[in-house]
Amino acid sequence: MTHGGSAQKSVDSSFTSLPYRRLADAALSRAQDFNVSHADFRFERVRYQQIAVRDGNLQGAGDTEDIGFAVRVILNGAWGFASGVVLTPESAVHIAETAVQVAQVAANMTTELVALAPEPVYDDVEWVSSYETDPLTVPLSEKVGLFSDWTGRLLGSPEVAHSSALLQQVVENKFYTDLAGTTTTQQRVRIQPEVEVFGIDEASGRFDSIRTIAPPVGRGWEYVVGAGYDWDSDLNALPGLLSEKLAAPSVHAGKYDLVIDPSNLWLTIHESIGHATELDRALGYEANYAGTSFATYDQLGKLQYGSPLMHVTGDRTAEHGLATIGYDDEGVHTQTWDIIKDGVLVGYQLDRAMAQHMGAELNGGRSNGCAYADSPGHIPIQRMANVSLQPALDGPGTQDLIGHVERGIYVVGDKSWSIDMQRYNFQFTGQRFYRIENGRLQGQLRDVAYQATTTDFWGSMEAVGGPQTWVLGGAFNCGKAQPGQVASVSHGCPTALFRDIRVLNTAAEAGH
Amino acid sequence: MTAPTPQELVEHALHTSRTDSCVAIVRDSTSANLRWANNTLTTNGVMHRVTVTVICFAGVGEGAASGSATGSAASFDQVTSLVEAADAAARQSRPAEDATELVVGDESGDWHDPSGETSIDVFDAFAPELGDAFARASDAERVLYGFVDHDVTTIYLGSTTGLRVRHVQPTGHYGCTGKTSDLTSSAWVGGATRDFADVNASAMEAELAQRLSWAQRKVDLPAGRYDTVLPPTAVADLLIYAYWSASAREAHEGQSVYSKAGGGTRIGESLSSMPVQMFSDPTYDELGAAPFVVAATSSNETSVFDNGLPLGRTHWIKDGSLTSLLQTRHSAGMTGQPVTPGIDNLVLAVDGAHAPMATLVGGVERGLLLTCLWYIRAVDPQTLLLTGLTRDGVYLVENGEVTGAVNNFRFNESPIDLLDRFSGASETVPSFSREWGDGFSRTATPALRVPDFNMSSVSQAN
Repeated sequence: MTHGGSAQKSVDSSFTSLPYRRLADAALSRAQDFNVSHADFRFERVRYQQIAVRDGNLQGAGDTEDIGFAVRVILNGAWGFASGVVLTPESAVHIAETAVQVAQVAANMTTELVALAPEPVYDDVEWVSSYETDPLTVPLSEKVGLFSDWTGRLLGSPEVAHSSALLQQVVENKFYTDLAGTTTTQQRVRIQPEVEVFGIDEASGRFDSIRTIAPPVGRGWEYVVGAGYDWDSDLNALPGLLSEKLAAPSVHAGKYDLVIDPSNLWLTIHESIGHATELDRALGYEANYAGTSFATYDQLGKLQYGSPLMHVTGDRTAEHGLATIGYDDEGVHTQTWDIIKDGVLVGYQLDRAMAQHMGAELNGGRSNGCAYADSPGHIPIQRMANVSLQPALDGPGTQDLIGHVERGIYVVGDKSWSIDMQRYNFQFTGQRFYRIENGRLQGQLRDVAYQATTTDFWGSMEAVGGPQTWVLGGAFNCGKAQPGQVASVSHGCPTALFRDIRVLNTAAEAGH
Repeated sequence: MTAPTPQELVEHALHTSRTDSCVAIVRDSTSANLRWANNTLTTNGVMHRVTVTVICFAGVGEGAASGSATGSAASFDQVTSLVEAADAAARQSRPAEDATELVVGDESGDWHDPSGETSIDVFDAFAPELGDAFARASDAERVLYGFVDHDVTTIYLGSTTGLRVRHVQPTGHYGCTGKTSDLTSSAWVGGATRDFADVNASAMEAELAQRLSWAQRKVDLPAGRYDTVLPPTAVADLLIYAYWSASAREAHEGQSVYSKAGGGTRIGESLSSMPVQMFSDPTYDELGAAPFVVAATSSNETSVFDNGLPLGRTHWIKDGSLTSLLQTRHSAGMTGQPVTPGIDNLVLAVDGAHAPMATLVGGVERGLLLTCLWYIRAVDPQTLLLTGLTRDGVYLVENGEVTGAVNNFRFNESPIDLLDRFSGASETVPSFSREWGDGFSRTATPALRVPDFNMSSVSQAN
């Protein structure tokens, strides 16, 4: 067995002691009886813990463990998929038979035969993500105590009417094996702490909230107690920021230059680049649900996505990235590649069937490892990698970027987001908006939303910050597919400057 | 070896727990789905899940703490592990602020009945029709994309206070997007079903063909406020968000559109000058939902102590006035209002509105008829301003008839404001939210005509 990812850790014995190899043998052996051209077996255990605290009191805590397995076959060019939770060889055989039965039903409606791009065989490899402390091994009382203390402390500030905190932790194990001979066993950890404070302006009756801007990360409990983030600084600033936000003047709608902090820009990247460059969307597979993409395949190498400063990469390899893993759910070794170079569309996110279909023009005819499911019961789909905007090597700092703006807004933190089904028209709000006058910040504004068309927006990007401004942001809750699947994905970016963007006054939009 | 029954898993959990009291919930689900794009099947599947939630309650100091563990569990050993985790969590936890007496009850008459189930066979009639529809669509230079899903989940809820209740929940939905082969026009049909006996792929394809024919004349319109007919699916898209935002606690604590300036909730205030009724009812025809509370963890809108609490018809808005918000027994104590937990369906009706949507459209001199809405997100909780997009068909109505298709728009609107601004309503019919229907499929809504719907900008999507 070979190892990858974390040099220190191996997969938990509580997972490796589970009977997945016996189930896999039973299922794949039965699938072979039907002369399938491909069969894979995936066994997963995903453990979640969520803790909600409000005003210094525990509101709810829950542990969830999703354990089960799935069999996927290709029979006569049609997919068949089935999953189950009874962990016996007899059940594994039954699930394999069900997958074959589904493929037989599917064959009558399959007009494009499925074939998979070749991939080297990985013989019993192991991969573990980079983290120090499994958060699920930390006593619940310690976690509740810390977040109760944080929210209780914030509630003690006169500006704060209420405070809440949510801590989400996930430990995920996957075992995958297929008839070609690849076998992988993997483990990864991720965590998302969030704290929010709420306030009311007694004079106007207006209320508002403000939240920490710490990103979710592929780390363990060490992230909450100080590794990689300054929690005290973020938390201590909240009451003052809330007070300023409640008293802030309402924005005048119009065109503004925007300096966008990575804590906000990651989400714009996710929606307008990450999803738009998923090849399944470009090919129409998501047309009935998540939507398609304006970045159609015929524009590969031609579409001017935005400013020549744009260099956007896809990867499933970044340390602490939420989409980072050693091998995807089709046994493909994960990679890093260019999606947009010098502002031009040059790549997509692929799975094996799409890579085979498109041929050598994309990634040399090989999948770039973007097929995965969110749980043992769901079928792997083409799913998002970490998609990141690269910084300018000697680029400016955030203050320098602000200094280049005569009249504009500095946007910090994410909040509301929405984009159309071809990824053209979007609208975002944020946690905080600062007025920029003659290169200096002049206090917060409220009721701000920015709205643009994707290529116009990225075409207006005049400057990209340097590596010192780059932050790996991300989300736990990216939704896609039917049945719906939820994925975690990271997006790194620097601060960046955009010229002449439409800003709305949200109170005016509401007619108030 | 035969797997234990759900009832045996419940009893095992209750007998294994070493805390003061315990609730066990088993969800036994089977589901089957087909998904297609570009006139061919893409993915599919049959899934079986057994999910067990164990909630243990332990005395801590002067209060009671709860611990909750949920997991896939098909054996006694797996349930034992969940009980141990929930027991440990309860003992490690702090006193729960929502602590109160557990619900007391008896065994329901259907407790010993087996779980309901579905299989790929539920599509026996639909699947061959769909194959034929692909062929017809290809011949007519149309492209179909869609999804059908059928799920049967049986819930068994037991407690150490004697409750043994069961509910079988069939849930199904279908949706199909049709595009012209040049991908410049798009249309959608979709709906909810309990068993697929009423879903016909040929009829679906025929309706798409008609809607795509409406798009043979295309008209570009700018952003602005338009006289707009929202069909029942779009009304469901907006109203579900208003329902999900109706936390009594958040309103009481000054954080939502339902908060009263100066403190407290807006219960009792008029939200609409029209005779609007919005309610949930577990026994509503064709929208039947669990008639008791099922809560795996506590939150602003749910309490694990309320598990098993009976649910009945609850009016959220009556005669235009806000009458109830989502309440646990704990939040009801904070707000001084009756206990009104959430229910898994939603009905909106306007008194006196009995005409079909076509009559509503027939009264429009020049305006828009939408198909559905998409990517709806809250922009401002103070007003519940929502943003989102029109999708898969915005039609121009002139002199009461559809005369063409127009571009898509981004909208910014509050469903609470719309309830007071609409100028006409149709009969209430079963509907299916395009945006939220995968997770909340049981709705009945009218079409609403809004004289000044705010289309904030044009979307190039088609």
